[in-house]
Amino acid sequence: MTTVSSAEPTRRDFLYIATGAVGAIGAAATLVPLLAQMNPDASTVAAGAPVDIDLAPIAEGQIVKVFWRSKPIFIFHRTKKEIDEAKNVDVNSLPDPESDAERTKPGHEQWLVVIGICTHLGCIPLAHQGEYGGWFCPCHGSQYDTAGRIRKGPAPRNLALPPYTFLSDTKIRIGEESAKTA
Amino acid sequence: MSGHSTYRPQSKFMQWLEKRLPIGGLVHSSFVAYPTPRNLNYWWTFGGILAFMLAVQIVTGIVLAMHYTPQADMAFNSVESIMRDVNYGWLIRYVHANGASMFFLAAYIHLFRGMYYGSYKEPREVLWILGVILLLLMIATGFMGYVLVWGQMSFWAATVITNLFSAIPGVGSTIVTWLWGGYAVGNPTLNRFFSLHYLLPFVIAGVVVLHIWALHVVGQNNPAGIEPKSDRDTVPFTPYATIKDTFMIVVFCIVFAWFVFYIPNYLLHPDNYIPANPAQTPPEIVPEWYYLPFYAILRSIPNKLLGVCALFASIVILAFLPWLDTSPVRSARYRPLYRQFFWLFVATAIGLGYLGSRPPEGVYVVISRILTVYYFAFFLIILPLLGIFEKTRPLPNSIADSVLGKA
Repeated sequence: MTTVSSAEPTRRDFLYIATGAVGAIGAAATLVPLLAQMNPDASTVAAGAPVDIDLAPIAEGQIVKVFWRSKPIFIFHRTKKEIDEAKNVDVNSLPDPESDAERTKPGHEQWLVVIGICTHLGCIPLAHQGEYGGWFCPCHGSQYDTAGRIRKGPAPRNLALPPYTFLSDTKIRIGEESAKTA
Repeated sequence: MSGHSTYRPQSKFMQWLEKRLPIGGLVHSSFVAYPTPRNLNYWWTFGGILAFMLAVQIVTGIVLAMHYTPQADMAFNSVESIMRDVNYGWLIRYVHANGASMFFLAAYIHLFRGMYYGSYKEPREVLWILGVILLLLMIATGFMGYVLVWGQMSFWAATVITNLFSAIPGVGSTIVTWLWGGYAVGNPTLNRFFSLHYLLPFVIAGVVVLHIWALHVVGQNNPAGIEPKSDRDTVPFTPYATIKDTFMIVVFCIVFAWFVFYIPNYLLHPDNYIPANPAQTPPEIVPEWYYLPFYAILRSIPNKLLGVCALFASIVILAFLPWLDTSPVRSARYRPLYRQFFWLFVATAIGLGYLGSRPPEGVYVVISRILTVYYFAFFLIILPLLGIFEKTRPLPNSIADSVLGKA
């Protein structure tokens, strides 16, 4: 093979650049389906529709676990004492500062609804355990209070709040956020 | 691949083949005539043991895949049916499950041998880095294989390990959902782990070929840590290394068989005989023993992102060893100070392994932190400084001299 050097761009130079450009775009476009196929499929997304939960059977002080989008959701019917404990904390002293009002719905403050997944590495914390009356994670020792806020241990954030709305005083829909004006 | 090939095919067929595909000559120069240092000790047989273990895992794994069902509702029961119903299924599964432990045991001995004798130093950096890549591939493969059993430990190990990626700022939770193929670990996760667990051993086999190729370009290191200078310093691979490797593979198999036949569940966790339950985290989550040192490092750091960074750094830092160790002398035999720090490092790794199996509280956390500091200080402070301050002992003139006592 001989190399021909020429100052003028040749037809081969044009072909080289054009082929390279089309090939690169084609390769990048091929990556889209190859990567996207790993995301949740249509049936998984469809199964993630909102669910309605009847709160009437949940006694005061009880924590129930329901599932939405394969995630455990804790519904905590808090006692007066537990609400007061959650409110009487200096918010600025918390690792992830959030007031109790920011974590409940106005007028329904006896109900705490949180995603029951430890924000450290995804274990399910145990209810009514630990020093703060909320949850204790058995995996790496994170402790949450009665508002589901992280108080101690390696977890970086409070238990996440799912989107949910009160349909009536005793019924919630998880997976749909209520209007902010409620 | 080097070596002075004197290969002359005997049979007419091999002569015919050699002109068209010189595979006989390649095998002869790589595994027969290939010169190996005459002073290699038994620690040098673990490369052969590892190749053997990879073959064991691939053969038993292919057989298991014939009987296993990668579906969330059926996976656990299909493993139990392998144990109870499939002819010799119990044996094949116990060989595969304990084989993973034996594979890692051999890999860690191989790795520590490389560290003790300075096998990572110029000109063997690429050989060493390929070894670190093999370790990373083994860790990923072992983890995904463990998940396939779909017991409680499988499920929650999958949850905890995939959640490590949620520590990445900004895109963490998007990446984790993408890894899961759902909103939590579930059937799509199990399916893709099965696919990748089948694929990765062949990737490992490919990198092993590169590893051996790089080895045969630069030649083996040896306990003296000096290069062979003449034919007096080497012996041919066959029969000397062949019989030594084979002998140790058989000895290793006896240990392996002892685990398989007498204590097959010693290294497994009883909770993994409980089917996966997404609603209930087991009271304690413990990884397999071969991940415990890294797990202890993760837990010793109270910040999530930093803990995850330290976990990955503790493995990746090995790849930088050729440049962190500034000493021109390879073998710890002639490095009195390095030798002490090396054994302290081995003790630290074993100690972290023990702490990784303990609950993360009280004195265990304090000791984990001290050992984690030493783990990183060994690489980042001690090794660079030792090259400057250590007074090494005189090296022998040649390998032959070191063997024949004329050092």
